[in-house]
Amino acid sequence: METYVQSHPIPVAQPPKHASPLGRWLRHEILASPIQAVGTLLGLSLALTLIWALVDFTIVNAVWTGSNRAACAMVDQQLGACWPFIKDKLGQLMYGFYPADARWRVNLVYAVGLVLLIPLLHPRARYKLHLSIAFFGLFPLFAYVLLYGGPVFRPWLRAGATLVCFLALTCLAVHLKLINEQPFARQVRAFGLVVASIVALVVGLAIAPVFEVADRLNFALLLLCLVALAENRSPRGEDRVWAERGFCLAWAGFVLGLSCGFDIVAQPALQIIPTSQWGGLFVTLVVATTGIVASVPIGIVLALARRSSAPIIRTLAIGFIEIVRGVPLITILFFSTYMLPLFLDQPPDGLVRVLIGVSLFAGAYMAEIIRGGLQAIPKGQYEAAASLGLGYSQTMGLIVLPQAIRLVIPGVVNSFIGLFKDTTLVSVVSIFDLLGGMRAAFTDPAWSGPSILYTGFAFTGMIYFGFCYLMSSYSRLMEEHLRVDHRT
Amino acid sequence: MFKQNQSAGRRTAVVNDPKFRALVAQGLLVGIVLFCAYSGLKNATSNLAEQRIASGFGFLGQTAGFGIAQTLIPWNEAMTYARAYFVGLLNTLTVSLFAIFFATILGFCVGILRLSPNWTLSRLAKWYVEIVRNLPLLFQILFWYLAVLATMPAPRSAISFLDFVFISQRGIAFPRPEFQEGSWLWAAAMVGGLLLGFALRRWSRIEALGAKRTKLSSLALAIVIFGTFLLLAKFYGSPIAFSIPQKERFNLTGGLTIIPEFAAFVVALTIYGSAFIGEIVRAGIQAVPKGQTEAGRSLGIGKRHLLRFIIVPQALRIIIPLLTSQYLNILKNSSLGVSIGYPELVSVGGTILNQTGQAIEVVAMWMATYLTISLLTSVFMNWYNARIALVER
Repeated sequence: METYVQSHPIPVAQPPKHASPLGRWLRHEILASPIQAVGTLLGLSLALTLIWALVDFTIVNAVWTGSNRAACAMVDQQLGACWPFIKDKLGQLMYGFYPADARWRVNLVYAVGLVLLIPLLHPRARYKLHLSIAFFGLFPLFAYVLLYGGPVFRPWLRAGATLVCFLALTCLAVHLKLINEQPFARQVRAFGLVVASIVALVVGLAIAPVFEVADRLNFALLLLCLVALAENRSPRGEDRVWAERGFCLAWAGFVLGLSCGFDIVAQPALQIIPTSQWGGLFVTLVVATTGIVASVPIGIVLALARRSSAPIIRTLAIGFIEIVRGVPLITILFFSTYMLPLFLDQPPDGLVRVLIGVSLFAGAYMAEIIRGGLQAIPKGQYEAAASLGLGYSQTMGLIVLPQAIRLVIPGVVNSFIGLFKDTTLVSVVSIFDLLGGMRAAFTDPAWSGPSILYTGFAFTGMIYFGFCYLMSSYSRLMEEHLRVDHRT
Repeated sequence: MFKQNQSAGRRTAVVNDPKFRALVAQGLLVGIVLFCAYSGLKNATSNLAEQRIASGFGFLGQTAGFGIAQTLIPWNEAMTYARAYFVGLLNTLTVSLFAIFFATILGFCVGILRLSPNWTLSRLAKWYVEIVRNLPLLFQILFWYLAVLATMPAPRSAISFLDFVFISQRGIAFPRPEFQEGSWLWAAAMVGGLLLGFALRRWSRIEALGAKRTKLSSLALAIVIFGTFLLLAKFYGSPIAFSIPQKERFNLTGGLTIIPEFAAFVVALTIYGSAFIGEIVRAGIQAVPKGQTEAGRSLGIGKRHLLRFIIVPQALRIIIPLLTSQYLNILKNSSLGVSIGYPELVSVGGTILNQTGQAIEVVAMWMATYLTISLLTSVFMNWYNARIALVER
């Protein structure tokens, strides 16, 4: 009978020849077979041709100096870039018709925005809560005042600033309380806070009838801040509580200073620059940033509403989300530009209408992304939160949303990229963004010809590509970072 | 008694009862919505009266009075707004269908190239996707329309391919088929041949599941169809004559000319869509577990059949839903035609809006139309998806 049992050890196999990484790579991925070799050759030649054409266009054949189309007439045939055209139109492409002597305001807003944004984007930066409050709460006000102009401290603006400060204060107080205190004491205190707030509001509105409405609101909010501060007593004299109290005191002081200081300081007035003069990359960034900043809260609210157990809330949320997602952005923009003013008392500014449309559109998409994250949170998390006695807002705010949003960050950034690209559509409803500005620059009779067209597209294309590529690279980085977090 | 006890033993106050809270919240929301609707309607009535804008859909029956550059159905300026809107709808569907068709083909090529073991080709495909996806669609549409097609030569020096297809500033001219007498016979023969061929193919599959028989029947299909055609051509002469475009001094005459708006638009939508579809295809194929390939190979299935019977059917289950939303995106993106004056739904509707000022009605019509198309597409694709879905125990 034959046996198939191995009777002697198999000799150790030799390592494959050409084991160097380069050789392996060449043999397996470049020249694996004749067909592969042909593919490689074709691909390489195509890539080289394209790269060479690009270099040819942007550098070799390009014209660098001149003041009108005559300088670029010679490159019309051999297709080279006409950079003097960009130089001439740079201001228009970047700022639109924003007056040249006021452009420092735009640049200052860029600079402040960058200073706030860069640490926010860093995965391991500290003080993110404070930075977020500054970027999402105060920065828009600052940017608005600086970009639009007018008297700096309008009453309602003061009210707005106070409101933001108050919200920040309340958030912080609630946040710290939740960590520090027992549920029962917390309930008593929360109830007290609500009652005190209402009293403060009523008192504030009642005793300050001499002021304008906005000022009255402002005053009431200030009282509220003080009440919140007074309420924020703790039986335990721990350092933390003192730090907390100090922080509240600082906020209240800031609010008080802001509120009173506005009246005392002579009001400097910046020149008002109507939004019809805004344009170029500047408007693209304004629309994109507003959409991005507004879409997240809108998206969270809509996503929570869509998963709510209350039928009316859920139905309304589903209806809104599905309608907005089912139609093109252009129809939403037409809606907000031409249809919305009919429903309002006073038609808002043209740019504001577009911003409303873009925010609603982006919010509906964001809602679906966040809903995806919410659905990925296991039921056990909700049950654990319920068994700890947490209510709805605590369950969502402390347990579910932080995990859900962390899960969907790559999707969120992708939707930001989409939004950035979609801002180009505002040129259809006659807002001159970067693309609209480029189109307007093409109509200048002093500059025309094929090379001008290609140069314009090359320049704006590089800007759009740069922004989108940066964002998608960041998204990949975050994905990597978050994946590492999950593993440990 | 028992009931009373239960309510007395309730631990939470009414204020903290989730049901009560939900009720209050919903009541508040309904109140806010109703208030907004009320004040909106009030404002709208006074605003419309002030601006002397009519309301209702009566304007649809009025004479439109504007020209449309591309029409699939007869159109002249004396026809109604309703018909203009329908012409726009047909144009939207045309451009979307063309773009979906080409984008699917190009997208599958890109996706497969990205998975190619060949380093150069996969890199090339990757950068194609990166560049196309990171540039706004409107930018690409304008690029093809303003930069590429507008700088094409004038008609008299149009670029020609084999003297059949001409590209010029005025668009792309193709030979136009003109159906001759008796072409219905050909159509009938074509349908008959196809039916016969498919019947043959099915029959051979049922008869024997061998791969060779199947191949033979595919060959039979081809032979039957071409044979019928050859026979018919022998007896009746050619059924289709082609009107070939001719270069004239100022224009191209004859043939079928595609307006540059349409050409640029289809090219841009195709390229943009193909990058996204390429990524979908890549993700779908990569999502098929490697064990499936290995299992197939260990069963001795060849590379071609492995792809056809193991990988592609499983990848399709992932690809189809994503592809559906991509098709819907292409449909929605076709609304960008308004930026280059391609007369699609939004462009035509915008003209109507400008002429009549009836923004509410026009925007409502747009939304209703797009939602209906989206819904129909979803229903169809869901049906298709259910057909190919995995039937589990």
